[in-house]
Amino acid sequence: METDKSRIGSFIFNRSVQGIFYQLITLGLVALGIYYIVTNTARNMLERGLASGFHFLGVESQFDIGMTLIEYSPTSTYFDSFIVGLLNTLLVAGIGILFATIIGFTVGIMRLSSNWLIAKIAEAYVEILRNIPLLLQIFFWYFAVLRALPKPKQSLELYDSFFLNNRGLFIPDTVFGEGSSIIFYLLWLTIIISIGIFIWAKRRQNRTGERFPAFYVSTALILGTFFISLAATGFPVSFEYPELKGFNFKGGVKLIPELVALTFALAMYTASFIAEVVRGGIMAVSKGQTEAAKSVGLKQNLILRLIIIPQALRVIVPPLTNQYLNLTKNSSLAAAIAYPDLVLVFAGTALMQTGQAIEIIGMVMGVYLFLSLFTSLIMNLFNRFMKVDGER
Amino acid sequence: MSAANKEIGPPVIELGVMGWLRKNLFSNLHNSLLTIFGLYLLYILIPPLVNWIFLDANFVGSTRDDCTNEGACWIFIQQNIKLIFYGLYPTEELWRINFVYLILFISGVYLLIPNLKHKGWVGAFLLIIFPIICVVMLSGGLGLEAVETRLWGGLFLTLVIAGVGIVLSLPIGVMLALGRRSKLPVVSLLCTIFIEIWRGVPLITVLFMASNMFPLFMPEGVNFDKLIRALIGVMFFSAAYLAEVVRGGLQAMPKGQYEASQAVGLTYWRMMALVILPQSLKMVIPAIIGSFIAIFKDTTLVLVIGLFDFLGIIQFVGTNPDWLGFSHEGYVFAAAVFWVFCYAMSWYSQRLEKKLDTGR
Repeated sequence: METDKSRIGSFIFNRSVQGIFYQLITLGLVALGIYYIVTNTARNMLERGLASGFHFLGVESQFDIGMTLIEYSPTSTYFDSFIVGLLNTLLVAGIGILFATIIGFTVGIMRLSSNWLIAKIAEAYVEILRNIPLLLQIFFWYFAVLRALPKPKQSLELYDSFFLNNRGLFIPDTVFGEGSSIIFYLLWLTIIISIGIFIWAKRRQNRTGERFPAFYVSTALILGTFFISLAATGFPVSFEYPELKGFNFKGGVKLIPELVALTFALAMYTASFIAEVVRGGIMAVSKGQTEAAKSVGLKQNLILRLIIIPQALRVIVPPLTNQYLNLTKNSSLAAAIAYPDLVLVFAGTALMQTGQAIEIIGMVMGVYLFLSLFTSLIMNLFNRFMKVDGER
Repeated sequence: MSAANKEIGPPVIELGVMGWLRKNLFSNLHNSLLTIFGLYLLYILIPPLVNWIFLDANFVGSTRDDCTNEGACWIFIQQNIKLIFYGLYPTEELWRINFVYLILFISGVYLLIPNLKHKGWVGAFLLIIFPIICVVMLSGGLGLEAVETRLWGGLFLTLVIAGVGIVLSLPIGVMLALGRRSKLPVVSLLCTIFIEIWRGVPLITVLFMASNMFPLFMPEGVNFDKLIRALIGVMFFSAAYLAEVVRGGLQAMPKGQYEASQAVGLTYWRMMALVILPQSLKMVIPAIIGSFIAIFKDTTLVLVIGLFDFLGIIQFVGTNPDWLGFSHEGYVFAAAVFWVFCYAMSWYSQRLEKKLDTGR
């Protein structure tokens, strides 16, 4: 009797048995919750006459979109509108990341300047911009600045080729004439050759210790081939400048004000975070590294290029990618100023018309989720690649 | 040889105003050029801004016609102040909101003054009794007239959303972090999936989901408030971010702490509550406050699902035909208020970091 009791006791208090028990309970609760939600949803959808599934993607969308990077018209399908929205999101994210990086690195380095005034200006930039909500900044640039710009006739202009007015930003367009494709092939070829030169130079340096000016040689190669081929084919690339015709500009590339405001706000806001990342990264390289590099006789620019930057980059890159990801996710605020991004076009208009809430929001979330997980995968690979032997 | 014989001048003065200027602003040509560039930048930015905000601004009056000066028309803010701070909340019930603010203010000040007794009790009051007071006072009940949440708005609504988001997301975040670090594979997997999904999507899609999909999830007849749906969305979203912050603290905890608490026979929950969490949470306080700032800024997004928070109301009063064309004033005012809140939080976090010496 007593042995039986203690056997039951030891069974109940056994750690692994308890573990399995708790996990079963958790699993049961989660399954119950999902079952509850699914049955409710199924009944609700039945009542509202909604068919589940992705058939709606092949149906004509019957709405137009203000800015499209591919052919699109109201007769296109919902799937086409998804692609248009996705491309618009990627466009805004791409331009935003480019400018955020440039501004962010500049401000981050300014904050470390030995010049007191410059450092303080950079600090003010960071402290002001990152403590004001992004949406407010987007509204400010869109409603208070770009919407208040003069009409096309009184546009602000730069070199007679860039025009800014309340219809948007007009920039020159590049026109590729006949024979320009060969220039591109040559450009790619020289880039591949340059990569080869870098690898060869590195190997040679490891073997013999002699340095080869790979950077200058490959730059000269790429630019030289580019200009020579341009001249040889008779300059098939030309620019088409925007011109004022009637009440609006014709020709060139038109960037709608929504795009300009969104990119500007995203870049300025994210730059304030990138500046902090850059500052942290450079400060993380200990002073002894610089001193040691000086004592073995490296020149100032080599110290920067070979000692400081590689070490700082290892600290900078992971949070930097995080900021890029944040910028991409924040680009969804486009919906608030009616820039036709994925959220506005698909989770807004398409959802309103079809009522397929679950499928549409699932697809939109899936896109962002894919981007996040893909980026963190790349980051993990990067961290493994950059890991120094013997590091923690 | 000859260099040693050369007469060496006295060292450059590094003291006093002139010394400081020379060292920090004009140490060499490059530096001097930078300084001049910086001064020029300030010259083109600051004077027009100061003129517009203060010197040329209009402060007295009641209509837009009183705005005769060149600068900002602060009358616009003055005339709409009730709307901006409280939304459409009935005027005769405003004392209820102010009463809640007063309690919050008094207990907040009490907690901030160093070396006072019974701080624990005040904290417990704030966390347990105060929320009940808030619900009763703000939405009605116990003899108070009910005020629908669609009338809530302005800075008041922003504070409600941020406050609820902050207070509820911390415990959920801690639980999720513990779950993710759990040795039980099912628990850890579920928590990881939950965290990564919320962290991987933008808040705006979460809010869209909250307003479009939550009603589908509920049984017939259950139709809960738009504000509560938004609150649930914000809560889970920020809980996922906090979970990762807390996990960072848990990972930074030396293994010896776990082993020592197990050696003295503490159960899992006691070990976490008494040994691990107090230390690891203290370690990540700056990051937690950083997340709170992010939540506070993110509350502005609720305007896309039709709630009139602080920014939403400012956007809304700007479309009033009597006050068209004053969007600059509205945005500058909103930016100033948000900035003060966020900067105060980050200043407090820095102070706390120094006091607790957790930054290392």
